[in-house]
Amino acid sequence: MSAVKPVLSVKDLSLKIRGNLILDGVSFELEKRKITGLVGESGSGKSLTALSIMQLLPNGAATNGSIAFDGTQVLTASEEAMCDLRGDDIGMVFQEPMTALNPLKQIGEQVAEGIRIHAGVGHEEAEKRAIAILSRVGLPPEKYPLSRYPHELSGGQRQRVVIAMACAMKPKLLIADEPTTALDVIVQAKILDLLKELVSENDMALLLISHDLGVVAGLADDIVIMRQGKVMEAGPAIQVLQRQAHPYTAQLAKASTHIPKQTNIWKAPELSQPLVEVSNLICEYPGNRTSLFKRPTPFKAVDRVSWQMDKAEILGLVGESGCGKSTMARSLLGLIKPADGTIAFEGKVIGSPDGIARADIVQFVQTVFQDPYGSFNPRHVAERLVAEPLFTRTDLSKSDKRELVQEALNDVGLTSADGDKYPHEFSGGQRQRLAIARAIVNRPKLIIADEPVSALDVSIRAQILDLIIELREKLSVAWLFISHDLSVVQAICDNVMIMKDGNILESGNTKAVYAEAKNPYTRALIKAAPDLSNAIRLRSKS
Amino acid sequence: MTVTSSNTKEQSTIARSTWQRALASRSFVIGVSITLLIVVLALLSFVWTPYDVAKLVITNRLKAPSTEFWFGTDHFGRDIFSMIMVGARNSIAVALVAVAIGMCIGIPLGAWAAAKRGWIDDVLMRANDLVFAFPSILSAVMITAIFGPGAINAIIAIGIFNIPVFARLTRGAALSLWSREYILAARVCGKSPARITVEHILPNITNLLIVQGTIQFSLGILAEAGLSYVGLGAQPPLPSWGRMLFEAQTMMAIGPHMAIFPGIAIILTVLGLNLMGDGLRDALDPKLRGEN
Repeated sequence: MSAVKPVLSVKDLSLKIRGNLILDGVSFELEKRKITGLVGESGSGKSLTALSIMQLLPNGAATNGSIAFDGTQVLTASEEAMCDLRGDDIGMVFQEPMTALNPLKQIGEQVAEGIRIHAGVGHEEAEKRAIAILSRVGLPPEKYPLSRYPHELSGGQRQRVVIAMACAMKPKLLIADEPTTALDVIVQAKILDLLKELVSENDMALLLISHDLGVVAGLADDIVIMRQGKVMEAGPAIQVLQRQAHPYTAQLAKASTHIPKQTNIWKAPELSQPLVEVSNLICEYPGNRTSLFKRPTPFKAVDRVSWQMDKAEILGLVGESGCGKSTMARSLLGLIKPADGTIAFEGKVIGSPDGIARADIVQFVQTVFQDPYGSFNPRHVAERLVAEPLFTRTDLSKSDKRELVQEALNDVGLTSADGDKYPHEFSGGQRQRLAIARAIVNRPKLIIADEPVSALDVSIRAQILDLIIELREKLSVAWLFISHDLSVVQAICDNVMIMKDGNILESGNTKAVYAEAKNPYTRALIKAAPDLSNAIRLRSKS
Repeated sequence: MTVTSSNTKEQSTIARSTWQRALASRSFVIGVSITLLIVVLALLSFVWTPYDVAKLVITNRLKAPSTEFWFGTDHFGRDIFSMIMVGARNSIAVALVAVAIGMCIGIPLGAWAAAKRGWIDDVLMRANDLVFAFPSILSAVMITAIFGPGAINAIIAIGIFNIPVFARLTRGAALSLWSREYILAARVCGKSPARITVEHILPNITNLLIVQGTIQFSLGILAEAGLSYVGLGAQPPLPSWGRMLFEAQTMMAIGPHMAIFPGIAIILTVLGLNLMGDGLRDALDPKLRGEN
């Protein structure tokens, strides 16, 4: 197509780890000043493709094919030659900025270290260059001295340091592996903008690895879609996503914009008692002691919040990390005693500074967590795990309980035979179904779901969203749906609350809030959220 | 019934894979072989020893190792191999009961501290630090010196210093589990901390405790040898490894085998237990569990 020589060309790359075929005939090219999105679900081999380019593969890996970087054959290059390439001509940005930085080293030193090694310059010169690149990524030393340690920065600032380290030597190729997955929406938008600017400034090629089609659609020039170690489709990003010629591309795109079908639209019941009523709720954590003899000033995670929800309502709770949404969920579950205010379920006060009515809470509310791997005791079988909420029900016989468990398993789309399996025998999506089975087995009226789909692949996410709607219609259970992902909230929530710094900034009907948000923060949040169909529409016009 | 049967089957496959990994580790196999050898010798000594250790045959005194007396004889003419067999009995019993004391008291304390947090945690752990602050062997010497020498007092003295080891280990491991989501889920279901501890916490930290147990066991054997060396352990005529070393001290020039063989017995036992602990730690590591 173009006469431009590619910076990196991968041809027929295959990778075996201990005999398992991980990558199979992967080919693509990266050009300078272009952003290529590498998209796939977990297990598709996208991260291992990046590690193959860097030659940082785990032990027992065998590669075949060719990776040519700027005239060098990476696969046959010596470790010494690769050390010269890494961090000099190829930079890498990781997902989790906290673990990608050395917590014991000041940020200035971390950035300068790579410059000293690769440019062979002295301390002074390296520091000068470190200052320059840190200022470029938005951390000017006047505001963020070089002597800061990673823990003194926020997640987004840390990711900026990592980007500074990767770009300090003006590499020809930057590989970013899920660079914004661990960040809040608004920060994510800023980091993506920064990456885009750096690409055109430095004439780099950027390989952006992501599971989020919305992110890639908003940023990438080209796209490579992978599945189970094979390239499904590749080409100009907007064209590929618009045409959806390949069935897998269509399937991915459909799953990312999935909106569950509702047979009858939920309406707030009139003149009835609200299901949950929270009034003037304050939740505190003990703060740091400033002096041995002074009481520590508590930190208010939830600061005088009032709201209510109705029967069978799906209420979205949106906010960035640290805004107090999980703390509020825990106070509803009776895990934290409120410092002030009351929580009432159907008019009955179950949580106040005077105490927690645990027996009532157990009958009324259940929960689904984010991580489907950490939600289960690895040593128990599914049936025992699902039966856990039933243990207070002394009125039920053993066979009654078994029946309820079977019913719950069937309700979430698992079979009765799955009851004998251990958690590790289920896939991620099945485990989340199992978590939902545990939540509904006692027929609660409210389920609090804390980021229930954030750790799942898009296709599984769509299925779980369907399940949530289905269970609401079948069991008329209400859901408090906590999430940072605005597109998911928009897809299933009847009403939504936006939370920041322990306060609720805005609440109301989801459609109304998304259409015209009154609060500037809400508007910023909605604008920053990556959205596949929006991105395609905007970019295909220009 | 189907549930329970498949349950045990599943658990046995987990156990089998752990066992297979353990057998693949060289240090575990060597450690277990040594430990088994010593235990078998100790048990055998109840029914048979080459010579009677209570009988003094002065004519046989200070014989060098030979086919007749494998490890030679001491200055009273007793067979050293027989004494080592009977002494193993004593060493193992003292160390085993001491570890049991440490586990029985330390694990509940640690689990309690982790479940309650707050001032209970503070008080228990500071008390722990207090016990930890004393050098254990010196304090065991002090305790047995006050309450009189003997195997029982040695057991108690060594056992006391095992308590904080297990309490601290249990608390640390339990604390990290308490923040897991499945523990939160159990709390949401209304389960009491005691119930959660028994159902969810303890089964998931057994591995750690077993490994620590083998290490404390070997330290207990060393401590027992130390106590009987200074005459505060098992009392004569019952042979013990520590006292055999003590008695050999004055005979070093004319009968070095008197010191060498009990010394080797102690070293071998401690080495065996440590190798076994190392191998177990690797085999039971949950991080490696998925990789087979």
